[in-house]
Amino acid sequence: MVKVQTEDFDVGMVLAAMRHGNPSIGAMVSFVGLVRDLNDNASVTTLTLEHYPDMTEKSLQAIVDQAKHRWELLDVVVIHRVGTLKPTDQIVLVVVTSAHRQAAFLACEFVMDYLKTQAPFWKKETSPQGAHWVEAKTSDDEAQARWTQ
Amino acid sequence: MHIKVLYFARIKEAINYSSEDVNLPDDVESITALKHWLAQRGEVWANLFSGQLVVRAAINHNLVDDLATFDDGDEVAFFPPVTGG
Repeated sequence: MVKVQTEDFDVGMVLAAMRHGNPSIGAMVSFVGLVRDLNDNASVTTLTLEHYPDMTEKSLQAIVDQAKHRWELLDVVVIHRVGTLKPTDQIVLVVVTSAHRQAAFLACEFVMDYLKTQAPFWKKETSPQGAHWVEAKTSDDEAQARWTQ
Repeated sequence: MHIKVLYFARIKEAINYSSEDVNLPDDVESITALKHWLAQRGEVWANLFSGQLVVRAAINHNLVDDLATFDDGDEVAFFPPVTGG
């Protein structure tokens, strides 16, 4: 399941729903991305996420499908928020379930690395000095590239 | 050829609108050619589309490289490298 929403999400409820009635799950790995108060040495007041509505969920689903093709997974959930957020807010949740932990750990990191470089979201930060678009990081490209080596 | 073009993030802000329907000359059928064509529109467009800035593209909601070509009725989007997550 992939979802783009403005509302917050409850990690505990998502995890509980995923394991409910699924005794074949032996491992569940989750990642939560948060808004930080400091980025590039500037204090962040708000973070606004823009996206490409017709493309976003399709792009996230394609990433999930690649992960499922690569590892034996039982389920993958991706929830990504858009709109205006503030430091400590949750931005993104990725949960992967599998029979054993290794596939779940690897797939969770794979989904995040691809999401960071392929899913059409753009962050704009506001600080007391004004607003600016967040620059893409080459370290994110490198993180994605290691999966193709 | 008629296509729809969408713009996002700092590109949208620079030109002050988010989408348009354009009627292209016959020889403009790739992302590279479309960027070149848009860059002729004036200084703001030249700054965005003549190569100093990294501009990614999608055709019908799929990420593509600049050699990709589109057809009549397609939706082309231009945006900066993504920064979600």
